[in-house]
Amino acid sequence: MRGVTSARQQHQLAEAGEPWWRQRESERKRPNTRTSSTIPSPLCASSLKMACQALQSGESLATLKNESDSLKKKLEEERAKLHDVELNQVAEKVELVSALSIRTRRVLKGHGNKVLCMDWCKDKRRLVSSSQDGKVIVWDGYTLNKEHAVTMPCTWVMACAYAPSGCAVACGGLDNKCSVYPLSLDKNENLAAKKKSVAMHTNYLSGCSFTNSDMQLLTSSGDGTCALWDVESGQLLQSFHGHTADVLSLNLAPSETGNTFVSGGCDKKANVWDMRSGQNVQSFETHDSDINCVKYYPTGDAFASASDDGTCRLYDLRADREVAVYQKDSIIFGASSVDFSLSGRLLFAGYNDYTINVWDVLKGNRISVLFGHENRVSCVKVSPDGTSFASASWDTSLRIWA
Amino acid sequence: MAPTNSVGQGTNGVADESPNMIVYRKMEDFIARMQDDKNGIPIRTVKSFLSKIPSVFSGKVLISLEALHLGTLMAAHGYFFPISDHVLTLKDDGTFYRFQTPYFWPSNCWEPENTDYAVYLCKRTMQNKARLELADYEAESLARLQRAFARKWEFIFMQAEAQAKVDKKRDKIERKILDSQERAFWDVHRPVSVYGLQNDVRSHSPTHTPAPEAKQPTEEELQEQITFWQVQLDRHRLKMSKVAESLLAYTEQYIEYDPFLTPSDPSNPWISDDNAIWELEASKEPGQQRVKRWAFGIDEVLKDPIGREQFLKFLESEFSSENLRFWLAVQELKKRPIREVPSRVQEIWQEFLASGAPSAINVDSKSYAKTTQNVKDPGRYAFEDAQEHIYKLMKSDSYSRFIRSSAYQELLQAKKKVKRHSLTHHGSY
Repeated sequence: MRGVTSARQQHQLAEAGEPWWRQRESERKRPNTRTSSTIPSPLCASSLKMACQALQSGESLATLKNESDSLKKKLEEERAKLHDVELNQVAEKVELVSALSIRTRRVLKGHGNKVLCMDWCKDKRRLVSSSQDGKVIVWDGYTLNKEHAVTMPCTWVMACAYAPSGCAVACGGLDNKCSVYPLSLDKNENLAAKKKSVAMHTNYLSGCSFTNSDMQLLTSSGDGTCALWDVESGQLLQSFHGHTADVLSLNLAPSETGNTFVSGGCDKKANVWDMRSGQNVQSFETHDSDINCVKYYPTGDAFASASDDGTCRLYDLRADREVAVYQKDSIIFGASSVDFSLSGRLLFAGYNDYTINVWDVLKGNRISVLFGHENRVSCVKVSPDGTSFASASWDTSLRIWA
Repeated sequence: MAPTNSVGQGTNGVADESPNMIVYRKMEDFIARMQDDKNGIPIRTVKSFLSKIPSVFSGKVLISLEALHLGTLMAAHGYFFPISDHVLTLKDDGTFYRFQTPYFWPSNCWEPENTDYAVYLCKRTMQNKARLELADYEAESLARLQRAFARKWEFIFMQAEAQAKVDKKRDKIERKILDSQERAFWDVHRPVSVYGLQNDVRSHSPTHTPAPEAKQPTEEELQEQITFWQVQLDRHRLKMSKVAESLLAYTEQYIEYDPFLTPSDPSNPWISDDNAIWELEASKEPGQQRVKRWAFGIDEVLKDPIGREQFLKFLESEFSSENLRFWLAVQELKKRPIREVPSRVQEIWQEFLASGAPSAINVDSKSYAKTTQNVKDPGRYAFEDAQEHIYKLMKSDSYSRFIRSSAYQELLQAKKKVKRHSLTHHGSY
């Protein structure tokens, strides 16, 4: 059977020293259906002509595959040509980061089950968190006050986000939807009653983010797509196709003028998208396993990724390649989440081995390890003014570090 | 009892590349290194009180907190275990541990049934009680299983008897080792739950379920891929050296604004429990550090609400604010619900671009022509080209004038005095 390694072949490969499970190019889940309102990408005249010619000459799938593979290889070569120096070499002239004394400053207890996601409010102190048992809680992190609590009608609420105005939160998970709850000042009001279903996917919701407005929501899903929605009407504004497996994370570019975002998924790819056209404008594939999280560098010229292969990586959009890998032999569990400090010098990464590692982005070394959580760290986010970062964990708590 | 094949390796020998397997293999690499004859951990037979304890190593091999943490995780997965109790952790002391046999490794994708557990517990009761008495939770489990499997208990008993018979024939030392390894296996798969919580170290999240066999790409998809690679090949790339310098420069410029690297002034509220810094930022008076940041680039001014306000004020004083007001209006347009977009587009067109517009802006003819077209079928991006053109204009012209202006310089200087003033006030409360 094509594409399958028999037990005997596995044995042979293992003897030859090859990690046999890597020999086969794997594509995991593929989206089952495409949403009906896909906006087709406009092919330019010359490539359209080439496509027609190819079809006319009756090229087989195999020939096309070869062409695609050889172009991909050529791209890697082109990218490598401009690699005249390593980032950490250039960074040798920069001063070392002096010892950091980061400690837990707040512990938020209240969830009864694994906390899967959290997001900061723009006011720098409030945050929203969601958990496996369907609970979504809004906290004032500074006072530890629980300000709102909602129980979703589904379990595994993997995504939650705070609206820019601070007046609403969005969340979703195994219900395949993303819903928006306006936050009422009246504590007695039943939040669940005001719930608004906005996004609909054909598989679980893995990530959501408001754009720079309460009126638009960007979502990523296990169905392999990302989508942009109009909150008020629930209308699909744009969909993004290109991943060949579940999309696990997305992040909007921090620009006043830009219209791009990056997504990462189980196909090991990180894709950059144009929100206006729906096009995939850049793609990176260097991880050995699922990408759990992607996060832009403060300027938007680069982004970091966290993967189940235990590494975090930095990709620069101008150089069009991976420019740093943050790894250690002793880190064997997957990285679930990353975020940058305000200056972009520090990278905070949460892992499935319950720790948080602090990396020097430029020099590439690990500055410190933070212990405290008693189970997987699922999410790490720096506060809007950079004064702290919060971590969410399967140990049912959230911690704020500074 | 045999390892299942459905989750791990498929019956056709297909590999499972799931993230869990990747972790198991890394742990197994470590185990191999630990067990290495020359450079690994010394494993020996220890003479204890009245007997010998075969094949153990001491917890004292650990020398760092990280090794302890990593070791604890590997123990929780059952790769090694303490010989005397059921707690799967690793301690940095004289406690002895034993390696688990590869047969029982998690990478074999064990999913043992309750019937298997029942056979195991039943067998335990048949062995020398003095040595291997059931723990409380095990006795409870056995009672529960006896009730659950009441009908087939005879069958389970027979299996346990058969296994006990085989064990009796083994060499005493070998039996000791195998018994402890089997016990450790069940500690992983039927852990003692202390507060009724599932100690779910190996828990799966829905995002990591094993996937069905991948489909081959279609001709259309391959064609799309080819087009994509061609577009990528045409992309303009920067040299790594240039990119690196840019990253370094940014970090250097912003390091004083990074509370993790430069102690913030006023203090970090999370550390000092004093939120003066947030109150200061919320007030209409921007601090000197904040004003200084506006000079780093036009985006800094545009993203700070007070920066925008000051920039607008300056331009109004020069009677040249229409560019910024247009830019802000278009940003606002993109934030509105889709329903409001058509009317807003008309409003912006009338105000800034129509002939005889009260706040006429100057756009190049190409953008103007395109915008005129877009306005006929208005969408959120109707003014995209015009906005881009205006942004470039502001960046090169109005913004640089603003930074050089006396208004800005005053803000930069004046704040020093205000700050000192506010500090003394603070002190007197």
